[in-house]
Amino acid sequence: MPSMTMREAISQALWEEMERDERVFILGEEVGLWGGTYAVTKGFYDHFGPERVRDTPIAEGTIVGAANGAAMAGLRPVAELMTINFAFLAMDQIVNHSAKLEAMFGGQFSVPVVIRAVGGGGRQLGATHSQTPDVVFAHFPGLQVVAPGTPADAKGLLKSAIRSGRPTLFIEHATLYQVKGDVPEGDHLEPIGVSKLQRPGGDVTLVTYSKMLEVSLQAAERLAKEGIEVEIVDLRTLRPLDMGPVIESFRKTNRAVIAEEGWGTYGIGAEVAARIYEQALDFVDAPIARVAQKEVGLPYNRRLEQMALPQVEDVIQAVKGVLGWRK
Amino acid sequence: MKKDELLRMYHEMVVVRRLEERSAELYQQGKIGGFLHLYIGQEAVCTGLISARLPQDRVITAYRDHGVAISCGIEPRRVMAELLGKVTGTSKGMGGSMHLADVTKNFWGGHAIVGAHLPLATGMALADKMSGADAVTICMFGDGATNIGYFHESLNLSMVWQLPVLWVCENNLYGMGTAVDRASAVSQIRQKAEGYGMPNDRVDGMDVLKVRAASEAALANVRGGGPFLLEIATYRFRGHSMGDPERYRKTAEVQQWQEDDPIGIFHKHLRTSGCSAAELEQAEQQAEEEIAEAVRFAEESPEPGPELVFAGLPAEAS
Repeated sequence: MPSMTMREAISQALWEEMERDERVFILGEEVGLWGGTYAVTKGFYDHFGPERVRDTPIAEGTIVGAANGAAMAGLRPVAELMTINFAFLAMDQIVNHSAKLEAMFGGQFSVPVVIRAVGGGGRQLGATHSQTPDVVFAHFPGLQVVAPGTPADAKGLLKSAIRSGRPTLFIEHATLYQVKGDVPEGDHLEPIGVSKLQRPGGDVTLVTYSKMLEVSLQAAERLAKEGIEVEIVDLRTLRPLDMGPVIESFRKTNRAVIAEEGWGTYGIGAEVAARIYEQALDFVDAPIARVAQKEVGLPYNRRLEQMALPQVEDVIQAVKGVLGWRK
Repeated sequence: MKKDELLRMYHEMVVVRRLEERSAELYQQGKIGGFLHLYIGQEAVCTGLISARLPQDRVITAYRDHGVAISCGIEPRRVMAELLGKVTGTSKGMGGSMHLADVTKNFWGGHAIVGAHLPLATGMALADKMSGADAVTICMFGDGATNIGYFHESLNLSMVWQLPVLWVCENNLYGMGTAVDRASAVSQIRQKAEGYGMPNDRVDGMDVLKVRAASEAALANVRGGGPFLLEIATYRFRGHSMGDPERYRKTAEVQQWQEDDPIGIFHKHLRTSGCSAAELEQAEQQAEEEIAEAVRFAEESPEPGPELVFAGLPAEAS
């Protein structure tokens, strides 16, 4: 199995889907001549041409809106938002249009649009360019929200999103682009809305996704040296949320930690914890713990930024906390 | 224009008028819920404009959409059924007054977030251009929509990409209760197209034949090149919606415009150009009957079943 970076995996997925289906095209800021702000679409402009790799003005609402319209008319647009922080400028199109139109018009047409957005903190970009607001988008019925944590999942999930025929927000964590991993050869597809066991273990269930998968795997390595076996479930898709593997694991471990990079208030952890309590209350041996970002906009200063972001040590402490809890 | 077509247009305008009058009554009876925005006074716009399109041309508009739906060829009964929230409605009762659509008639809705359907039109025109279709997207919106960012982003992008889209501003002088000159830096909307180097025109929207001629010219312009903005000066005789106290305009102003009733103007024109009073009366009578039948159909139609609540949403896995 070839090893490649997340950037290469995403790029490959787009390339293969554009080769496979001529209805697929890309639009966004600097996707063409520049080659993509994060170089994901490098080489696309020369190969596919300016018609299918469309540089747009800086106008996020209309980038997503035009993608919605093209999708309604039968194409398979992939709109790129330079950062997910700019998605707020397209919020109306994402929430009121991508997510709503099919049902509101009685299913007369669908909106098969994929919106790729780069998110996450840790790059010293200041408070407005460093957010992990994934849960905001996962709030809305009608929208698929996908956030992969490995190159293989990134490739397989993006290809599935493009083929799904449903409006999808595909969130790529900027600090994962250089992370390498094995990616199956050929037409690799991963199902949307299916959580995945990423590491087996019998002591604590650790639920996470995206960048925090990497952080959680490191925490698990260190905990293993102390004899603590953590079982990691990667959500991969935030909506629809697949609780199956989470509940299965929790029935075995009876203790859970949920780790997310965004803020914890009303967050992924809150949702997953509530569902565990609803679906497996009899198995709860300790209050479920949440690891999340400090409740501030991320500072520019590197040390302060890292203080505000959830770290390996935070995950380790949370795991030890739920293991040590006694009535 | 042939007499048949003139009579058809007259009939269509009367259908829209009667549909709206009946809708107002049904709203007051509590049979129509939500918001209701009537098209009364603007009938010449939808009739003149859409009569000039080819079947492959898409139409998309804002929330004052009943007349536009009729002009796109949707039967009054299906419009009325949607207003009553019935499963036989254009959107199966899921959309209501502001969200009529029938894509088989190339009518892409009724959109209720002001200005937000302009980018949708941009994308549909882009799709047609990319697939080589000889189709124009006709995008209608009110004067109020021309102050929001979407309008400027979409006009700009349509010029940059040279998209086959006809932007049509129905300038009825008020965005809800705010007069154009209190909200827009320029009083003529067409002036805004100038900033994007976009060809444009402005026409009297109370005269259906003028609207038709201007629309034909504008559509030809789009087919021959890029986007075009057509401003149609019109007036709504009723409030913004049914809940409008109308404190922002004087009764005398409304009355003066009502003397320019687009149906009355067209009636006068037709009487002097070969149509008999009996023929026009017959068209009116036919419209009355169609609307009566539409109400009957809508009232007798079933409600949507509970299965429609989750239609169009991906299944939740948990």
